[in-house]
Amino acid sequence: MSMKNIENNNETYRPLIVAFCCNWCSYAGADLAGNNRLAYPADVKIIRVPCSCRVNPTFILRAFQRGADGVIICGCHPGDCHYTSGNYYTRRRMSLMFSMLDYLGIERERTRVEWVSAAEGAKFAATMNDFCETVAKLGKNKRLEDLRCKQ
Amino acid sequence: MQRIGVFVCHCGTNIAGTVDVAAVSESLGKEQGVVFSTHYQYMCSQAGQDIIKNAIAEYKLTGIVVCSCSPRMHETTFRKTAAAAGINPYMVEIANIREQCSWVHKDTISGTEKAIILGKAAVAKVNLNAPLTPGETPVTKRALVIGGGIAGIQTALDIADAGFPVDIVEKKPTIGGKMAQLDKTFPTLDCAACILTPKMVDVAQNDKIRIFSYSEVTSVKGFVGNFDVTIKRKARYVKEDVCTGCGACTEKCPQKKVPNEFNLGMDNRRAIYIPFAQAVPKVATIDPDYCMMLKTGKCGVCSKVCTAGAIDYKAKDEYVEEKYGAIVVATGFNPISMDKFDEFAYSQSKDVITSLEFERLTNAAGPTQGKLLRPSDGEHPHTIVFVQCVGSRCDSCSEKGKEYCSKICCMYTAKHAMLTRDKYPDTDVYVFYIDVRTPGKNFDEFYRRAVEEYGVHYIKGMVGKVSPEGKKLMVQASDLIAGKQLHIEADLVVLAAAIEPDKSARPLATMLTASMDTNDFFTEAHPKLRPVESPTAGVFLSGACQGPKDIPETVSQAGAAAAKVIGLLCKDKLTGNPCVAHSDEMMCNGCSTCEKVCPYGAITYVDKEFRMPDRTTRVRRVAQVNEAVCQGCGCCTVACPSGAMDLKGFAGKQIMAEVDAICR
Repeated sequence: MSMKNIENNNETYRPLIVAFCCNWCSYAGADLAGNNRLAYPADVKIIRVPCSCRVNPTFILRAFQRGADGVIICGCHPGDCHYTSGNYYTRRRMSLMFSMLDYLGIERERTRVEWVSAAEGAKFAATMNDFCETVAKLGKNKRLEDLRCKQ
Repeated sequence: MQRIGVFVCHCGTNIAGTVDVAAVSESLGKEQGVVFSTHYQYMCSQAGQDIIKNAIAEYKLTGIVVCSCSPRMHETTFRKTAAAAGINPYMVEIANIREQCSWVHKDTISGTEKAIILGKAAVAKVNLNAPLTPGETPVTKRALVIGGGIAGIQTALDIADAGFPVDIVEKKPTIGGKMAQLDKTFPTLDCAACILTPKMVDVAQNDKIRIFSYSEVTSVKGFVGNFDVTIKRKARYVKEDVCTGCGACTEKCPQKKVPNEFNLGMDNRRAIYIPFAQAVPKVATIDPDYCMMLKTGKCGVCSKVCTAGAIDYKAKDEYVEEKYGAIVVATGFNPISMDKFDEFAYSQSKDVITSLEFERLTNAAGPTQGKLLRPSDGEHPHTIVFVQCVGSRCDSCSEKGKEYCSKICCMYTAKHAMLTRDKYPDTDVYVFYIDVRTPGKNFDEFYRRAVEEYGVHYIKGMVGKVSPEGKKLMVQASDLIAGKQLHIEADLVVLAAAIEPDKSARPLATMLTASMDTNDFFTEAHPKLRPVESPTAGVFLSGACQGPKDIPETVSQAGAAAAKVIGLLCKDKLTGNPCVAHSDEMMCNGCSTCEKVCPYGAITYVDKEFRMPDRTTRVRRVAQVNEAVCQGCGCCTVACPSGAMDLKGFAGKQIMAEVDAICR
C-alpha cells in the first residue's frame, strides 16, 4: 500500500499499458481515432494481432512480468468477429485468466476486454482514456514483475 | 542474424509535427540487428521507396521496418517495394506512428518516446520474421448480388456486361426495390418506372444473369474467390417456369383483404398476387398467411382458373447451394418506423403519412391512380404540411431517431412540394425544415425552383405537434426566422421519415463476417480510398446498405462495385494469405483440441510414422493444417495444450518479443 502512495504522489508516474487489438475491428478503430485526432495518453502501446483469440494468456503474464501496469484486449463486438467466433473464445479465456490474475493479486481493474468496432474511433479513445485513468489510480504494478527479466 | 533497415517517415508534418523523426531514426539505429536507419519526408513516394530499395542493395538488408502510417494503409506498398528489391515481402513490418501516435498525442516528448518504443517492437518482431510464400487458390468466376433494387440491378448488369455470370438474390417476389415504388425522381423529374423497368427487363433477358426472387441467403462459407453460399428459395406455390403472368388468378382469388405492401398497406391485394404490373419475374406468388387453400384446404380457385397449370399447393422451400468468387451486398434501406414519433399523430390519423406513402399516392399505378386524395375520406387536400428530418439528425442522447442525416429527404420533399403545386395550384404547401441540404448536381437549382417558381412556403423551424380535430389536422410549429409560433389547419401532413438499413443486413453481415457501424450500415474498407469494398476480402458494397444515398450516387457506386468484382473475377488465381497456422509435428500429441476450435475446419489429422531415438518407428496421430482453408485467426494456437500450433507472421515468439520491447 505504501508503495502505491509513493508512486501516486510522484507526478511523473505514467502507467505502462499494453493493448492487444484485433486487425479487423479494434486496430481499425484505433486508426479511426487517429484519423479523427481523438487524443488518448501515449502510455498505450498497441500490438496488432489478427484476432483477439490470438492473444495467448501467456502474453499477458509476460507483459506483467516485464513491468506492464495494465493490459487491455480489444476485439470485434460479439457476433461481428471477422473469423466468426474468435471473440467468443477470447471472452471465455480472458474471464478465466483475469480471475486467476485477481487471485494472484493483480487487481481486476488492470485487465480488461473491450469490444471496439472499426467504426468506433470515439469509443476507442474513450476506452483508452478511461483505462489509463483507472490504471494510473492503482499506481505501479509490482506484484508479478520479475526483476531478473529486467536488463 | 537479420540485417535490418529502419525507415522513418515524416509524412510531411503529419508525423514530423509531433514526433522527432531524427531522434527515432537515431535511437532505432542502435537496436539489435539494425544495420541502417534513416528518415525521409514521404517514404511511400517513389523517391522514398527508392531509398528503401537502394539500402536493401547497399547494406544487404534481410528485414525492413517502416515507421509510418497504419499498416492498413501502406503495408502492401512497402511489401511490394521489398519484393521488387529482391527480399521476401513478409520480412517487412510497419510501426504505426501516425494514426496511433502522432495524430493522437500532442506532446512531442511523449510522442517521440512512444514512436521509439513502437519502432523497437517492430524491430524485435522483424528479428524473428521468416520469409513466407503465399499459396494460390483458384477463383470461381461467378458473382452473387444480394438485393435486387437499383443498386443490385446495376451491379449485376455491369458484371454481366463484362462476361461473368451473376446471380441476384431478392427476398421479395420481384426485383425493383424501392425505386419501383417511386413516382418521379429528382432533380430531373424522370418517371422512376420509365428508367427502372427497362433495366429490370435487361436483367431478365440477360443470359448471364439468374434471378432468385423470393429467396434469401441462409449461409455463407469460404473466402474470397471461393464462397459456398446456400440460398433458400421460399415456396411461392406457383411454378415459376410455368406461370405466364396472365393475372387471371389474381383477379379471381376470393381472399381480397390482404394489405398490399407495395402500396404500403394503403389498399388491398389478393392472397395470390403479382406485386406490380412490370414485376420481374412476372410470376404470381401465393401469400401463405392469407391463402384459404393453404390454411384450411378449402378453395383452390386459382388452380382452377390457371390455364397453364402453374399452381402447386404442395410446394416446399428449396435450398440451392452455389459457389461464387465475389459477393456484392445491395440490401438497401427502409424508412424508419414512426412509432416513436407520435407527436405527429401518425398512428391516430390516416391523413398523416410518410413520404414513401405520399409517393404511392401520387403514382399513377398507386392506390388512387395518381390522384392526390386524402387516405381518410378520398377528398382533395388543400393545405399540405411537409415535415422534414423526422428521425434524422436526432440528438445522440434521445433514443428516438438516428444521429445521421438521411440525405435524400430534402430533395424528395422539394420534389413532392413542387409536383403538388404543379398539378394542384390551388393547394397551399408548407415545408418545415432544420436546414435545406442540396449538395448535388442541379440540386440547389431544383430546390430554388420549388420556392421561387412554384411558391412553396419553406419555413425554418420544427413542427411540435400535430393533433387531429374533426376533418382537419392542427399543426403547431415554430418559425425560427420570424420568431413566432404558427398554427396551421392542414388537410394532409407528410413526414420525411429517416432511412435506416434493411433489417436483413445485420444477420447477413454476421454471415459474411463483414463489419457494420453502430447504425448497421456496412463499413467500407477505407472511407475515402476503398468505398465500395468491405474489409472482408471478396465482399463488396453497393447502394444504401453502406450509407444513405440517392439514385445517381447508388448507380455510380453500383458500377464501381461491379468494376471491383470484375477485377477480381478476371484473375485465374488469387494469392492467399501466408500468415496461416502451422503445427510442429514433433510436439503435437494429436489431442484434437485445435480441430474443435477451428471455425473453418482447416485442421485434419493424419497418422504419421516417426523414427524414435532408439531407431524404432512409431505411428502417431498429428494435426495438419490445410493452408488453403486456414484464414489465420490463430485461435488454435492458444487452444493447443502442447504448444505445437503456431501462427506464421504472428508467431508466439514474435508477439512475446513485441511485448518485451514495449515493456523494456
